[in-house]
Amino acid sequence: MSAGGEGVRLGAGSPFWRAVLYAVLLVFAVYYLLPLVIMLLNSVKPLSEIRGGNLLALPKVWTFEPWHSAWSTAQVGVQATGLKPYFINSFLMVFPAVAISAALGAINGYILTKWRFKGDSIVFGMMLFSCFIPFQIVLIPMAKVLGTIGLAGTVSGLVMVHVVYGIGFTTLFFRNYYAAFPTELIRSAQVDGAGFFRIFWRILLPSSGPIIVVSIIWQFTNIWNDFLFGASFADFDSQPMTVALNNLVQSSTGVKEYNVHFAGAVLAALPTLVVYIVSGRYFVRGLMAGAVKG
Amino acid sequence: MTATSNVTTEPVLRRSSGATALRRGLQDWLPRIVLAPSFAVIILFVYGFIVFTAYLSMTSSTLLPRFDFIGLENYVKLFKLPNWWIALKNLAIFGSLYIGICCALGLFLAILLDQKIRGEGILRPIYLYPMALSFIVTGTAWKWFLDPGIGLDQTMHALGWASFHFDWIKNRDMAIYTVVIAAVWQSSGFVMAMFLAGLRGIDTEIMRAAAIDGAGPWQLYRRIIIPMLRPAFLSAFVVLAHMAIKSYDLVIALTNGGPGRATEVPATFMYSYTFTRSQMAIGAASAVIMLMMVASIIVPYLYSELSAERQQ
Amino acid sequence: MGKRILSAFAGLAAGAALFAGGAHAEESVEVLHWWTAGGEAAALNVLKDQLEEQGVTWQDMPVAGGSGVQAMTVLRSRVTSGNAPTAVQMLGYDIQDWANEGVLADLSDLAAKEKWDDVVPKALQRFAKNSDGQWIAAPVNVHSTNWMWANKKIFDEVGVEGEVKDWDELIAVLDKIKEAGYTPIAYGGQPWQDATVFEAVVLSTGGPEFYKKALNDFDPEALGSDTMKTAFDRMSKLHEYVDPNFSGRDWNLATAMVINGKAAVQFMGDWAKGEFLRADLKPGEDFVCQRFPGTQGTVLFNSDQFVMFQVGEDKRDAQIKLASAVMSPTFQIAFNKVKGSVPARTDVPGDELDACGQKGMKELAAANESNQLFGSLAHGYGAPSAVKNAVFDVVTAHFNGEYTSDEAVKALVEAVSAAQ
Repeated sequence: MSAGGEGVRLGAGSPFWRAVLYAVLLVFAVYYLLPLVIMLLNSVKPLSEIRGGNLLALPKVWTFEPWHSAWSTAQVGVQATGLKPYFINSFLMVFPAVAISAALGAINGYILTKWRFKGDSIVFGMMLFSCFIPFQIVLIPMAKVLGTIGLAGTVSGLVMVHVVYGIGFTTLFFRNYYAAFPTELIRSAQVDGAGFFRIFWRILLPSSGPIIVVSIIWQFTNIWNDFLFGASFADFDSQPMTVALNNLVQSSTGVKEYNVHFAGAVLAALPTLVVYIVSGRYFVRGLMAGAVKG
Repeated sequence: MTATSNVTTEPVLRRSSGATALRRGLQDWLPRIVLAPSFAVIILFVYGFIVFTAYLSMTSSTLLPRFDFIGLENYVKLFKLPNWWIALKNLAIFGSLYIGICCALGLFLAILLDQKIRGEGILRPIYLYPMALSFIVTGTAWKWFLDPGIGLDQTMHALGWASFHFDWIKNRDMAIYTVVIAAVWQSSGFVMAMFLAGLRGIDTEIMRAAAIDGAGPWQLYRRIIIPMLRPAFLSAFVVLAHMAIKSYDLVIALTNGGPGRATEVPATFMYSYTFTRSQMAIGAASAVIMLMMVASIIVPYLYSELSAERQQ
Repeated sequence: MGKRILSAFAGLAAGAALFAGGAHAEESVEVLHWWTAGGEAAALNVLKDQLEEQGVTWQDMPVAGGSGVQAMTVLRSRVTSGNAPTAVQMLGYDIQDWANEGVLADLSDLAAKEKWDDVVPKALQRFAKNSDGQWIAAPVNVHSTNWMWANKKIFDEVGVEGEVKDWDELIAVLDKIKEAGYTPIAYGGQPWQDATVFEAVVLSTGGPEFYKKALNDFDPEALGSDTMKTAFDRMSKLHEYVDPNFSGRDWNLATAMVINGKAAVQFMGDWAKGEFLRADLKPGEDFVCQRFPGTQGTVLFNSDQFVMFQVGEDKRDAQIKLASAVMSPTFQIAFNKVKGSVPARTDVPGDELDACGQKGMKELAAANESNQLFGSLAHGYGAPSAVKNAVFDVVTAHFNGEYTSDEAVKALVEAVSAAQ
């Protein structure tokens, strides 16, 4: 793992090639940034300017009213509360779900690599396959189960659903990461009398930084962005952010305040954006360490 | 995200000395006991539900599940529906282009970014961030951008390029390609990150040795580096393939299946038959076919990865 | 990851549980609907306030998206989990489908007391009652879909005076508008919008009897008839008057084209009126509202109803209060003023509505009297959703040039019989 190290130089580093290189990279940066720029630009324009004007033009009049409105005064359903209260719902759902699924993934990965037993690859294979089912098919049976165990329409129910369908991914991440962890260290700890949990807690966990970051990023964005489960299993008082955003944006027969919609969309995306930008560097490092190793 | 590992740790930890038999027995069983809840949950909520769906597809369920058994009738009906064939055809076009372009672009960008670029720390998150956003968030922006009335087309006209013409999203034959553009936008950065991680993981000694043998940089990439990225390719392929089959938000946000029904894909088909059209059994049948498609990609992959690992 | 973080998470989880459990009031109704934004959501507030005066808390459960598509999915999941909302906004045949599942509450006592039978149009009652004749829903409003909205300035410019009476006049007008350099029809190319125009065209082409036979009763002969082929031909004719960017356009953006004077007419239900009013245009002066040419005297209706689900005894009282409040004249007027529709009771005074609204109310009452009131297929009052969507498929495919009219007629007959 020679992070950032000795990449092969193309074109022997001539200034011309370097310029072309940077130009290409910048063009792609524009491509990736465009939708975000469109959203940002149009979230600070008055509605009249959006209706009549150019999508990519700078606002003639700058206004932050749409942001204020999306956050705290826009009509989301009967209440004119903006998106604010739904953020709380989302966080209440996301934190426990991420924590629990990551913790389970870590311990599963530990078992599947360091305490192997007959048939462990089959167990792992079956868990991994769960990442790939289309979630639409689970709605009805899941609703039945949630109703039966009394978690229908609660935050705890949502947390459970997200944990269930997140375990596959987190187990995969941790398993691949721990597979490369030197077994000798564990063996010697065992000789010293350390047990199952102690080894995990004292030896593996402290060096799991990068893969914890990968798991958290992955789970956080997936759960935060989830609409299907949130819409189907939440009650009036547990609807997450994405459902509220959709309610704001998809009004069936009302006026569409696009600037407010865009402001709302950016607001809804902020937490995941922050997570990606802040920990993006660890993300690649974590991928290197676990996810794409051959 | 491959299932491979190069370190095998077979039954290392079974024979701990100095512990009582009981304790050893517990230690032997503890891992399995700890793993059991996760596994049980998966068995119920994944495989149980798959069985449920498969059964549903052989009933006459409409609005809500019904549990009469009518055999394979729904599958016959399903394959007679023109919409289903359109959906399958679109998935073939979309899937192959999406996976192909994402891999090519991801690799290309990863190689470029690996040239000791100044500002990599800024560029990388820019390439990566789309993965953090759902299409509920970016859908409207994309729709606008691609709309010839207000988006790119008009901007180009305003900038004086009057002959510029880009109306794919309104064109029955081209609309599916706009879905590809947006999908590539979302995932290619992520694929780039996977390749970049792969590139950074390659032992530099090998490269140095090859360079000493007189291989130029292009040859080096073609002959040595890219073949060594095979695991990253495989991981990318699996991730992209399942995203292609599951792609739902994307199509709904961009075209909602239109113009006409030109961009219907199996995921939207399944949702609309199950929930909108109250033909739940046909929806379930299409879900079973989708699952089979996923399985036909994932299972051989898992099998080869896991058995290769065992042989090590 | 230290223990502190873990315990913080645990605390959060516990907090979440508390939060979820703590919000229940004494008497409450939970209402699932898709009026999630802007004016119509604000209009629901009238209902909420009215209930709160009676000590009933309103628990709002909005789920937006595609005229209730998303909300119906949520409803399935809620009913399956045994956690049905008190009331759900619903349309047409969906109500009957749910009634057949035996999960709806009976409102007959209240209806008898408040004499709903006398004030709600007969055609609507068929949907608001189950097969045993029990009331299961409280209709909020009546929309009608066979309207044409026009920009008055453009109409004046090309010399349109009075009503456009029939199809031929319509084509003449559209030609003139095209010559004058405007986009004649503001068109939104989404399946339900295609169907909304299509049903008006069918009604105009074949008359009320034919409409009923074809798009309410789905008589295969009517579906496969030459009249139906003519209707498809007319759809192709209309296609000549739309701009190239019609596909996927939201209806309100199409309305905006009429408002801004870019396009001349839009064929859309009366909810479009709200857009004109909000842009400060005056009916009759700045914009024209008239029936789709050739459909005068007939009303294709669509009605939002609050369907009551079976809930525990403790919530039953609040549910009855909700149903009663929905049917109260005060709410019916206050809500429909904003929504663009007309009250579902024919006995409330219409003088608070604008000119178009009053016209709509009169026509509704007249159509009710003369049995010229038919369910709108595009909005779930013509057929169960399987058949409805099968028709959408064909109409949309034809409008987008996938089928010729002959093929469309054939495909229509096949698709309908396959979905039935």
